[in-house]
Amino acid sequence: MTMAPAKAAPPPVSTSPSQIVGAPSATSPASHPVRRRGVSDRMRLLLLWLLMLLVPYVAPNSYVISLGNLFLINVILIASLNLLMGYGGQISLGHAGFFGFGAYVSGILDVKLGIMPWIGLPTAAVLTGLSALIIGIPALRLRGHYLSMATLGWNAILLVMFNRLIDLTGGPNGLLGVHPFSIGSLALDTDIRQFPLVWLVSLLVMIAILHLLQSRVGRALRAVATNEIGADAVGIDSFRTKLLFFVLTAGMAGIAGSLYVHVNQYASPETFGVNGSILLVVMVALGGSGTYWGPVIGALIYTAVPQLLLDYEDAELMLFGLGMLIVLIAVPSGLAGLPATLIGRRFGRRPS
Amino acid sequence: MSEALLKVDSLNCQFSGLRAVADLSFSVQPGAIKAVIGPNGAGKSTLFNMIAGVTAPTSGAIHFAGVRIDTLPTFRRAELGIARTFQNLQIFREMTVLENVMVGCHLHGKVGVVKALLRGRALRDEESAFRDTAFALLDRFNLAAKADVVAGDLSFGQMKVLELARALASRPRLLLLDEPAAGLPQAEAEHISQIIADLNRDGMTVLLVEHNMRMVMSLSHDILVLNNGQWIAEGTADHVRRHPDVLSAYLGETEHA
Repeated sequence: MTMAPAKAAPPPVSTSPSQIVGAPSATSPASHPVRRRGVSDRMRLLLLWLLMLLVPYVAPNSYVISLGNLFLINVILIASLNLLMGYGGQISLGHAGFFGFGAYVSGILDVKLGIMPWIGLPTAAVLTGLSALIIGIPALRLRGHYLSMATLGWNAILLVMFNRLIDLTGGPNGLLGVHPFSIGSLALDTDIRQFPLVWLVSLLVMIAILHLLQSRVGRALRAVATNEIGADAVGIDSFRTKLLFFVLTAGMAGIAGSLYVHVNQYASPETFGVNGSILLVVMVALGGSGTYWGPVIGALIYTAVPQLLLDYEDAELMLFGLGMLIVLIAVPSGLAGLPATLIGRRFGRRPS
Repeated sequence: MSEALLKVDSLNCQFSGLRAVADLSFSVQPGAIKAVIGPNGAGKSTLFNMIAGVTAPTSGAIHFAGVRIDTLPTFRRAELGIARTFQNLQIFREMTVLENVMVGCHLHGKVGVVKALLRGRALRDEESAFRDTAFALLDRFNLAAKADVVAGDLSFGQMKVLELARALASRPRLLLLDEPAAGLPQAEAEHISQIIADLNRDGMTVLLVEHNMRMVMSLSHDILVLNNGQWIAEGTADHVRRHPDVLSAYLGETEHA
């Protein structure tokens, strides 16, 4: 052997081009100031949600609080879709369908079988997840946009079922007679009484997403989305990883559906159409796909804009479409990335 | 002689008329650095891809540590202890340098969805163990200062080192290196060479495909020479350097170049 490396030589700082592999570092693991984004994101989340608790006091008005409930349900929907789409790179065009599936499961169990919403909610989550499993197994085996197409088809089928299975769903007239959640004899049948429940569930879902992202499975998901060949090489089963998150996020949509149906005590098919699924995708992109806070912004827009344009229903879609074009061209990382983009423009890319 | 870690038996790979690899047999002993060389089109990459699980052989068998692997998907081979790097880099460009290496730890974690959701001791212990492993590797390769940098912002040479660190994070028994020096200036190639020699001294078995003759000759214990998909010589650097078939097929051309 011509090359006999010196035994226990220090890192080849002097003999090899250390500038190529970064500044020579004499640091030990303990001394690295690891930016623990997890802790700070969790603190921000708790602070933000605590602030939201003030809403019923600041605006003790049933309209505002009902919007608050809708907003928090939308947060669950958009955040779960963002986990799948933004972090996992898998675009589902059936998220509103899963939302509706959860709503009808929980609602039908209540109306037809008298099963209380507290049991309906987890059942909706599990059954919605199960339906995603059945679609995901064939669709995720194939690379490419098969999941988008399969979910689009599933959403269309669901819509037909919501409309046609009149004995179960009430058909186009909607599912009537859904009961609210209740604690003992206290029915959560007003906006103000529902708010704490929706608040808590949305907080739990946001925490769940954060915990998943900061774990081995969450990193595996991002790795698969970023580079499937690389993920494969380090032993990640990309099919299972994608399937797992597809099922989990569908389950979250099912939870949102159960909340929705018992909060509104009503469900009707048009809420859960393909249109809704597409708008949810738009909201993920608008807020900031693959950012933790993007869905909160997306949910805010999704909830507020239709209220502002109540009289111009058609303008709403146009506005969303236009907004998405502008945001995607000007701030590709979404509105959540706006501060960083502005700072970057101002200070980062100054011509020298 | 101890039992071979990697054993290739009568391997064939045919692409519609073209025999990329023809009836090839060889083995890699534990603790060895084995290089596969040959002129362009010799079948080196095809061979490498069959061992890594990217290309399926037409016939023949590959055994790793006694387990037949040629029908297993890539991630199963990784589970058995085969890690690799790529000639054209397959790093996670949108993730940080630290995260890239932590993904490499994937196989040594146990925390699934439920434990992650509960964020109990199991998750925290695993995260800190992964972080320690990753930093130890980054320190070793002088990349620790870049831990929080997005991997796509590294230089090409740094990415090559990062990919190697990610492969090592899975604590493999066999390291497959696909042209580790390709595209690097001589100084950086020597740095990679040094890293490989150090790893091997610590007991790592390495199989590499490489064009850089200086690197191959200085590093390898054992060299396999292919030409037109066929075995033409195998042995030490001195042996293959003097082998007449090798000279005519390969070295003759490059030495004059």
